[in-house]
Order: sequence, then C-alpha cells, then structure tokens
Amino acid sequence: MSPRDLLGFAARALRGHRLRTGMSLLGVAIGVAAVVTLTALGEGARRYVVSQFASIGTNLLIVVPGRTETTGGMPGMGGVPNDLTLEDARAVLRGVPEIDLAAPIVMGTETVAFGERRRQVALVGATHEMLEVRRLGIANGRFLPPLEWDRSSPVAVLGQTSARELFPGRDPVGEIVRVGDWRMRVIGVLAPRGQQLGVDMDDVAIVPVATAMKMLNRRSLFRLLMQVRAHTDLDRARDRVVRVIADRHGEEDVTAITQDAVLGAFTSILRVLTLALAGIASVSLAVAGVGIMNVMLVSVSERTREIGLLKALGAGRRQILLAFLAEAMLLSSTGGVLGLLVGWLGVRLLVALYPALPATPPPWAVAAAFSLSVAVGALFGVLPAHRATRLDPVAALSGR
Amino acid sequence: MIRLDGLSRTFEVGGQPVHALVDVHEEIAAGEHLAIMGPSGSGKSTLLHILGCLDRPDRGVYELLGRDVARLDEAELSLVRRHTIGFVFQFFHLVPRLTALENVELPMVFAGVDPAERRERAMGRLRGVGLEPRASHRPDQLSGGERQRVAIARATVLDPKLLLADEPTGNLDTVSGRHVLEILEQMNASGLTLIVVTHDPAVARRARRVLVLQDGRVVHRGSGADIHEAVEALSAAENGG
Repeated sequence: MSPRDLLGFAARALRGHRLRTGMSLLGVAIGVAAVVTLTALGEGARRYVVSQFASIGTNLLIVVPGRTETTGGMPGMGGVPNDLTLEDARAVLRGVPEIDLAAPIVMGTETVAFGERRRQVALVGATHEMLEVRRLGIANGRFLPPLEWDRSSPVAVLGQTSARELFPGRDPVGEIVRVGDWRMRVIGVLAPRGQQLGVDMDDVAIVPVATAMKMLNRRSLFRLLMQVRAHTDLDRARDRVVRVIADRHGEEDVTAITQDAVLGAFTSILRVLTLALAGIASVSLAVAGVGIMNVMLVSVSERTREIGLLKALGAGRRQILLAFLAEAMLLSSTGGVLGLLVGWLGVRLLVALYPALPATPPPWAVAAAFSLSVAVGALFGVLPAHRATRLDPVAALSGR
Repeated sequence: MIRLDGLSRTFEVGGQPVHALVDVHEEIAAGEHLAIMGPSGSGKSTLLHILGCLDRPDRGVYELLGRDVARLDEAELSLVRRHTIGFVFQFFHLVPRLTALENVELPMVFAGVDPAERRERAMGRLRGVGLEPRASHRPDQLSGGERQRVAIARATVLDPKLLLADEPTGNLDTVSGRHVLEILEQMNASGLTLIVVTHDPAVARRARRVLVLQDGRVVHRGSGADIHEAVEALSAAENGG
C-alpha cells in the first residue's frame, strides 16, 4: 500500500464517524494548544524580565553593603559591615577608570503632603546621575540639578502616581510640598515607568541624596549604582570596585552585583518554569492519547467484519497494522495542527489582554508539541492496530 | 488443482470438541464447478474457509496448485489469498464508505497497483458485470443483486484461479440470484475454478459436481444433473442421518 493509499483509506474511515473523530481531535487539540499557550506564557514572562533589565541598562553595576556569605565570630564581636558612604562612592569614581557614572542611592519611606492630601511614598535620595544610570524619563519640569553630593537642597521630583494623587488635575511643578517635616519645592515629575526591580518608580519622591540622609538620619547608602563604560569591562570593573572599597574599609564588606548575573538567574528560573509548564501541558496530551486509543479500539471492534474482509482480499498483517496506525496518527496529527492553530489564537488573545507580556511560544515548544501529538497517535495506536491484525478472519467475517 | 488428503478440523466450543471436518479426501480439477451442500453445522463453511486459506486444518494436507498450504507462513498466505483466491460472501461484505469502484479497487490497493491502472481495471470489471453506470454509488445506494455483482467484480479483479462463493444468492431474490449465478458461470466457463457453498438445490444443480457434507464427512458425491440424489442425501442428513 502506498502512503497515499494508506492516508486516503484512513481519512475515509475517520470521516465515517464525524462525531467520534471530532471528539478525539478536540482532545489532542486541547493538549497541543495547552503546551503552546503555557510555554508562550512562560517565555513571555522571561522576555518581560529581560526587557525590564534591558530598560535599566545592561552596563549596570550595583554595590550593596554587606556580604553575601556569612562570616565573623561571636555575635556582637565585629562582623557588622562598615557603612557604604558617599566618600566610598567618590573613591570608586576616582580609582576605577572603567566607571562612567556613579549614582549613590538612599531609600526610606516618608509621607508627602500637599494641603490636606497626604501620601506614603518611597523616598529616594539620589543625585543627578541617577537619571542616566537608571534610564529615567522626565514628564515635565526637570530632574535633580547637578549638585555637589554633600549639598542639601529642598527640591523634590515626584513619580507619576504620587504627582497625580497629590495634585489631581494640575501641574505640581513649582509647588511646595511637605516631605516628612521638610518643606520642598517640586521641580519635576517622572515619566511613567511602573514596577522596576521591586520598586514602583511611579510612586516615589526623589530628593538630593544629602537631604535624604539628613531626613532619614542615615550615614550609609542603600546602594551604589554605577554605569560601566563598556559591557566587556563589567567583570573587571566589579573586581576593582570591590577592591577599592575593601581597601578603604579594611575588609571586603560589600557585594557587587552585575546586571548579567541577576538576569542570568532570572532567565534560568523562568526557563525551568517554562519547561515545567510544558510538562504539565504534556500530561493533557497523554490523556488525549488514551482517548485516541479508546476510539481506535472501538473502531477496530466495530470494523471486525471489514478487517476480516481485508484479510480475505489478501491484505497482509503489516498492511492492516499500517492502515490502523495511519488512522491513529492522522487523527493525532490533525488534532496537533488544530491545536497549534488554537494555541496561536490563545497566545494572540493573551497578548491582546496583557500587552506588557511579550508572550510568544518558543519554537522548540511548538515543534515538541506537534511531534508529541504525532508520537502519541503512533504510541497509542499500536495496541488497537495490533489487535486488528490478530483478528481471526473467519470469526471476523461472521461478525463474531 | 486442489488435493485434500485426510483433512480434519476440530473446534473447542464451551470446552467440548466439535468435529467440523473429519478426514476429508477430495480432488478438485482446474476449471471445475463444484457445489458443496449440507445442513448447518455440517462443516461446509469450515471447508470453504480452509480452501480460502482463512483457516488451517488440524490434520491432513491441503495442496493448492501443487503447494502444501500448511507450509506457508502468514505473509505467503495473504499473497495466496490476494492473487490465487477470490471470495464472494452471502452478505456481500462491501466496505460501506467506499464507492462501488473503490470497493473493486481494494485488492489492487493491497497489491500496490498503480492508481491510474487500478481505476481502469476496476472500471473494466464493473463493465463486465454490467455496473459501469453505478461505479460512483456507495453500497447503500445499490440493490442486493448489484452489491453482489460488485463483490464478484472485486473478487476477480486480480484474476484469481479459484473463486469461492458462500451462499452467493442466499440474500437475493430469484431474478437477481439467477443473474449473479449466470455471471459466476460465465467466469467458470472461461476457466475459473468455481466452488459454491449452498443449501439451495436450484443453485447446486447448476454445478457439474455436488458434494453433500454431514457432521464433517462427505456423505454423498454426485453430479448437478442428478440433484435429486443429493437432495435425498441432504434431507436424510437433516433428519439426523
């Protein structure tokens, strides 16, 4: 039997039972669509994270006070990390030529009030450099002016949400707000940004770093952001920054994180997540396979007379096996194609509902889902097909 | 053409052995027209199935065209069925979803005949049984007689040497039954060996030779012309011998 004859024979047999065929197609289609949609979701999450990091800048180096590994002796006997100070930041800028810009950051929470309106926001102490290092945008007004880092100034830049909530329907630039006990002039509003690295950059008040340190009564920086000139210098810059600060503190008590490391960790976590989702979705494909097996078993027992006839007409075991296997595989692969279509529509729907999520199924998942559906047909079609070949033609012809 | 030597076949039914065929000896020459009669359970269908290589004897030798069928494996048997033997059944056994033409094409599909040639040959066979205008009809759109003629066209499309017919007129009215028999006899006249299993004396009397089976044994051998002898043997058998 030529492949074309096999397919034609199988297609006719399937068309003879539209409802039953439709049901098993649906089963496979759901399985394949689930694999496609869920992996698209996982992949979308990964791309989202990557794009978030990319928007911050890939040449970013972050220094955090304290070390990642636990060291030291008895509690209370040393082991407390030294403060990360503005002086450290200056020393790094002087001592590490790979560093282009440094943006010292202090963070706390503070109430911002204008008239009767009050709002709890994240207070960020920063410098002029933060604008570029964090790739922030200004909606109106201006960002913090380039001051000496030590100089205080009663000016503040508000995030989108803070500005909108405190000044509904009007422009806050030029107004005086109270931040904690301090009176400050609003000089600018940030462009909308959304959540970034766990901070809602729309709900902040940014003030000069020296001012923030006074308000929060802190000497240590929350972290020091640095922009490295070239991406290739990132690792060298990190080592040198750590060494410069260690020299000043007399011990290595800061941790430097590169963008790449964080991104790598997130990416591998989300890859695993995508794989897990694909695995879960594959279970539904296996269930669909059992459905196909069921349909094929019914088909074989319903068509015993026909199988007997085919044997009487001189069809060999191999031909009967192939005919029923072709039927199962045609069923599963047609279901697979349908599933790809439904999955594609599902992904389109997902993207339409959540435009921020760049959901797209990874090519390997699409290929795997389809090949799996074909394999499911072959695997679960073997048993019924084998049963068909073993029918006794005499009994089969008499319909017993 | 066919030599049966001590052929026996026993089934287990409900733990009891049933002797469907007991020690059958027979020689059937090429081009013969043989009728096999017998009451139900006499073993005539079993004999037909063994002759058609759908079943194997437990004992004895079945030689077809000089070959001992017992020595053939499953694949060789399917080739014998495909090229040497044609089957016609009481209930036609057409594939319901295929047209008349496609049903006739079916054996050639398994034989791997090229589609264009397949179509042409099948159409020729349908013309031979007078059904060319009905080629694109499905079995449920055909009358009983037409269905059996399609089945005959299908059984003979690969030019077998032996045509086995199991009650070919059993489900037909007299007129279409006669038409079907005429077609079978015409093929027999052109050299095809024809073996018909029937309980109908009107069918059997047209055969050159008649066998009557009872309890798996041949109890009467005669000619179609002397059908009354066979009928007597048959009624004796039906009354418990």
